[in-house]
Amino acid sequence: MADDRHPLFLPVILLGGLLFGFGLAVSRMTHPEVVLDFLQFADLGLAFVMGAGALVAGLAFAVATRWDRTAPLTGRPYRRRVKDLDSNVVGGGVTFGLGWGLSGICPGAAYASLGVGNYPILWGVAGMFLGAYAQGYWRSRD
Amino acid sequence: MIADLFPHGVLSYAAGGLLIGLGVAVIYLGTGIAAGASTFLESTLSYVSGLDRFNRLTYRQSRDWRVVFTLGIVGGAGVYALLFQDALWITDVQPWRLFGGGVLVGVGTRVGKGCTSGHGICGVGSLADASLVNVATFLAVAVGTAHVVGALGVVP
Repeated sequence: MADDRHPLFLPVILLGGLLFGFGLAVSRMTHPEVVLDFLQFADLGLAFVMGAGALVAGLAFAVATRWDRTAPLTGRPYRRRVKDLDSNVVGGGVTFGLGWGLSGICPGAAYASLGVGNYPILWGVAGMFLGAYAQGYWRSRD
Repeated sequence: MIADLFPHGVLSYAAGGLLIGLGVAVIYLGTGIAAGASTFLESTLSYVSGLDRFNRLTYRQSRDWRVVFTLGIVGGAGVYALLFQDALWITDVQPWRLFGGGVLVGVGTRVGKGCTSGHGICGVGSLADASLVNVATFLAVAVGTAHVVGALGVVP
């Protein structure tokens, strides 16, 4: 399936990732300390990261879903990102919140943190892989 | 009073968020994919684990570009560091917090179907019910957790 991909598919993914990571570094969300300050109400600026990010992404979604066409590099129709709202969404949110509040790290910011040289974040990335593996293991046994 | 709540202003935060949103928009407009950062964890596990959970078709089909996306995130932050940092930036937050928090984040994002980018940026940007509920939940719990951990004297 990789063979019939548009030649620009991976370059565009990479470009998007570079912007995403550069933005995380600009916002200093790469620093767990900044996230912990936000959560303890010492610096509320971080709210503007999600606010501005969701606004720009939301504009792109709103415009594209009004076009009656498909994405140029994949032929996919433009759809909204909608997931089913069930108890997992709440239970997962509680677990995520416990981890985010304890450590100040989340997946994207942790990858970007590695980019600014913060090698101790590998503890966090290793933990995330372990957590993702554990839930997959439990769910495979059900 | 307001200035007390924003000791570093809001400009760098908003500019960072704008760039993050731009990254999501570029990928979405080009490919129709609303990319989040945390599916990478499970899709990458399909390279090394035979568990059915990680080897679903959507993961196997997306695992290579998710690696590229993640390398882009690391690289984009690296470009920033090269331009604006004098040295490596190293956190003072203790390893056990990073590791323990990481485990909970890894479980939570996969059970809850998304993280701060998938739900927080893409989902909130779409005004999707599940994402608004998920973000409100993890934000409230994280605020409580950080206050409790701080009150227990764990610094940093």
